[in-house]
Amino acid sequence: MTTHLDGNVLAGTLGELFAVDITSAMGQCASCGTSEAMGEALVYTDAPGMVARCRTCEEVVLRVNRTAGRAWLDMRGISCLELRIPGE
Amino acid sequence: MARAAVLGRLTWQVGTVAEILEETATARTIVLDVPGWPGHAAGQHVDVRLTAVDGYSTQRSYSIASAPGPGRLELTVQRLEDGEVSPYLTDTLRPGYPLELRGPIGGWFVWDPAEPGPVLLVAGGSGMVPLMSMIRARAAAGSEAPFRLVYSVRSPETVLYAAELERLSKTAHGFEMSYVYTRSGPPGVKVRIGRLTPVVLSAPGWTSKTAPAVFICGPTGFVEAAASLLVRAGHDQDAIKTERFGPSGG
Amino acid sequence: MGIVSPGFRGRPRSGREKLPPGQYLVTDFPVLSAGPTPRVDTSSWKFSITTEAGQAHSWDWAEFRALPSEEFQVDLHCVTKWSKLRTAWRGVSLDTLLAQAQTSAEYALAHCYGGYTTNLPVADLLDGQAWVAFEYDGRPLAAEHGGPARLLVPHLYLWKSAKWVRRIDLRAKDEPGFWESLGYHNYGDPWREQRYWGD
Repeated sequence: MTTHLDGNVLAGTLGELFAVDITSAMGQCASCGTSEAMGEALVYTDAPGMVARCRTCEEVVLRVNRTAGRAWLDMRGISCLELRIPGE
Repeated sequence: MARAAVLGRLTWQVGTVAEILEETATARTIVLDVPGWPGHAAGQHVDVRLTAVDGYSTQRSYSIASAPGPGRLELTVQRLEDGEVSPYLTDTLRPGYPLELRGPIGGWFVWDPAEPGPVLLVAGGSGMVPLMSMIRARAAAGSEAPFRLVYSVRSPETVLYAAELERLSKTAHGFEMSYVYTRSGPPGVKVRIGRLTPVVLSAPGWTSKTAPAVFICGPTGFVEAAASLLVRAGHDQDAIKTERFGPSGG
Repeated sequence: MGIVSPGFRGRPRSGREKLPPGQYLVTDFPVLSAGPTPRVDTSSWKFSITTEAGQAHSWDWAEFRALPSEEFQVDLHCVTKWSKLRTAWRGVSLDTLLAQAQTSAEYALAHCYGGYTTNLPVADLLDGQAWVAFEYDGRPLAAEHGGPARLLVPHLYLWKSAKWVRRIDLRAKDEPGFWESLGYHNYGDPWREQRYWGD
């Protein structure tokens, strides 16, 4: 399908790599500068990897490729990520 | 509150099916015992992974239907006609079977019972599942936050949690709901048949001025239509959280 | 590997067809995409080849369609494990498109409407191994499958058959494309199961 899903779909794969929830983290798009919750990203999952795009400018913010025992993560599309650490 | 605050990466766990409940002719709630389940927040989901004898495996996401809190985990699964995973979950699983899952997942499409503000829930078909977790969380916490549910279904036979929703409509203070029937309505009752409209989405005390937190869940087309109607009615885009199930509706 | 799910079979996988390792047969045509489907009108469509010396040659749609094209049938193998056999296309051979290019470049980088890129050796584009295809199953190629025109290099995994192709740069130096820079194998031969780096 070439329509996108919402950013919450990132939570499963990235939850294996990050110790804290990524979907409530605020990411600043490196292309247009807009800050959005990662849960608001447009996520394309019908692909050889997961591609998240900025809701405002549609440029790629994050890409992840996961296979047995390995994951590749490209976050060049995010210039800054602010993560919430629970319990503090 | 019951939120998974444990730091650490998500890993696969094995739960055991305790019970399978029939919700509709094609939907089942799977009740699971998951040892060491850390608890979850209303609106979160789990990923379920199935593996065949030859090692082939595939996974899907399912929203958690149960309220946060101790006890068993409940997932409601809608069987898709040509689905690869859903028919296994609704038709093949039996009590005692193992089910591999990871979660709870997601910190953004969640509702915290400590929040007192009004909440508008808009469900399309099986998009009702995570919103039911929020409704149950509200009841379990004794929250007085005003809740309104707009639930779009094809027909009365496809309504999930029908009896529970009816009971809540009658007895729960501050909870109200409306159905939207897109193909056929209850027998003997004159209702409008058709898709979501601005009229249904708004109600006395539930306009954009109320500024509710909005949660929309369902198939992609439904979510986009609902979000668009609400934004045009004046709701703040930032107050609207959406969870698209993809074209097939989960 | 996870625990075995009792009674789970999944989509039919075995069959009599000879497939590359790890693949299963499909009869539909799955649509995979890393972003929204580009909508490119043939009135503004352009395809170019640039050489390492900076020379460029372009065709608009009319010029492209005036080139000799051929019908061909090939098997498709996607790295996400599905294979679709005996698919029917019409396209212009890269041998035709590269005929006028004065180049000794060894590497190619394909660029697409929408921003996708993929890299491959020039040698894999030549000798009847690659086309810019514009018809599938006797009809104009649908946008969701890469139309108006896509690259088709069926002897490699399908991510190398770049949809919505607009330009091929011939280069002295190899540069990894969209998936090749995220863990996918730089070459991608399905018969040697070259899916990921190090395979």
